[in-house]
Amino acid sequence: MPSYRDLLQQVKSEITEVDAPRASELRDHLFVDVREQDEWDEGHIPGAVHVPRGHLESKIEAAAPDKAQPVVVYCAGGSRSAFAAKTLEELGYENVASLAGGFTDWKRSGFPTQLPHTLGAEQRSRYSRHLLIPEVGIEGQLKLLQSRVLLIGAGGLGSPASLYLAAAGVGTLGIVDDDRVDASNLQRQIAHSTEALGEWKADSAKRTIEALNPDVNVVTYKERLTSENVDRILADGWDVILDGADNFPTRYLVNDASVWHDVPVVHGSIYRFEGQVTVFKPNVGPCYRCLFPQPPPPELAPSCAEGGVLGVLPGIVGSLQTNETIKLLLGIGEPLVGRLLLFDALETEFSEVKLRRDPACPVCGEHPTITEYVDYVEFCSGRPAHA
Amino acid sequence: MSTIVRIPPTLRPEVGGERQVPASGETVRELLDDLTARFPGLARQLVEDDDIAPFVNVYVDGEDARTLDGIETPVREGATVILLPAMAGGQS
Repeated sequence: MPSYRDLLQQVKSEITEVDAPRASELRDHLFVDVREQDEWDEGHIPGAVHVPRGHLESKIEAAAPDKAQPVVVYCAGGSRSAFAAKTLEELGYENVASLAGGFTDWKRSGFPTQLPHTLGAEQRSRYSRHLLIPEVGIEGQLKLLQSRVLLIGAGGLGSPASLYLAAAGVGTLGIVDDDRVDASNLQRQIAHSTEALGEWKADSAKRTIEALNPDVNVVTYKERLTSENVDRILADGWDVILDGADNFPTRYLVNDASVWHDVPVVHGSIYRFEGQVTVFKPNVGPCYRCLFPQPPPPELAPSCAEGGVLGVLPGIVGSLQTNETIKLLLGIGEPLVGRLLLFDALETEFSEVKLRRDPACPVCGEHPTITEYVDYVEFCSGRPAHA
Repeated sequence: MSTIVRIPPTLRPEVGGERQVPASGETVRELLDDLTARFPGLARQLVEDDDIAPFVNVYVDGEDARTLDGIETPVREGATVILLPAMAGGQS
């Protein structure tokens, strides 16, 4: 049986794909949005018709009666639309293309989108302190409401990050976490309560977020991020990844996937009293492998579970990550691209070092040698990966 | 010539818990030689194949030595030197 990835690759090889710049020139094409209602409501390509993929076969002929009319199909990330394009071809549509990278890429490339035009009365009140800031305002708030952030981990860093992102009105939060709430988490993981002990962290965080802000749609992935599921999860279309993982295999996997999917990663890590924060923006700044070509041997890299961490530290570092994320979403300020911020809680001292792209980086360098997912557990096990 | 080297938390057990230690040398190599001679436990954390280990960064005045002259990067008197190994923690 082919896996999802196999099937997707197969379908993509059978259809035509266009990227956002090319699609923006196809003015005579009909744009068909096959996403769900809530995704459409958060913003879409102007002039597009909306036919959710689940109703595609039954409803497309009403929306696009002329099968000679050229069509561009899009979803959030380009996967659902690939399948939809195949379906349209089977239905006899003569000229069908799928938008590679989907609405997320379209929007990130700065092409026009049609937003819900205004905020409701409750939203004006809820976000009033944002609306007063010229750099945010109504336009920025609408942008946040239609933004999508994927959180890797709903633990120490993911807890404060998810709460502040939710409070800020970031419209869709994805949470990848395969862990359950443990008593030892509650010293710092403020998205979870004593009542949530034993629950999936993703579910517990979702409940906390929804209680805080009903505007936010939370998508949970109760699975460990792996080479097998990362493409499927990223295909859902994310503007920013907030990395709060607790292990090196996931860090390197997130890095490689983010470079290949061209999604910025807001990176944070913590140990005892110290934290590190930076932004890895593919093709603009360095990636994690430029910074650390290889992980340390496991015996030289104690985790927080082994070495401990001050409970408030992830609150500070996760909040710094949230600040970077919101800046990236709004396109304001100077994000920490090419800069690594170091925080020492004992001294209350911030320092900063420069990060540069490594032209010899195996993933984002001039001549990449790693072009598909590797076995990250083995890569980080201390055995030489290239042996 | 003496320089203050900042020691990250994961390496502090090797230097008796100190946050920073003085070291002498005019290049990163000489600094690391001096440090690892006095604190032998640091050697495998900092050096591999006679070079800066690929899982640690050495910053000299805020710049990654790997992007300068690597282990031969000169260190001026009074420079700020930071040792920085990768940390993974965040979730659990």
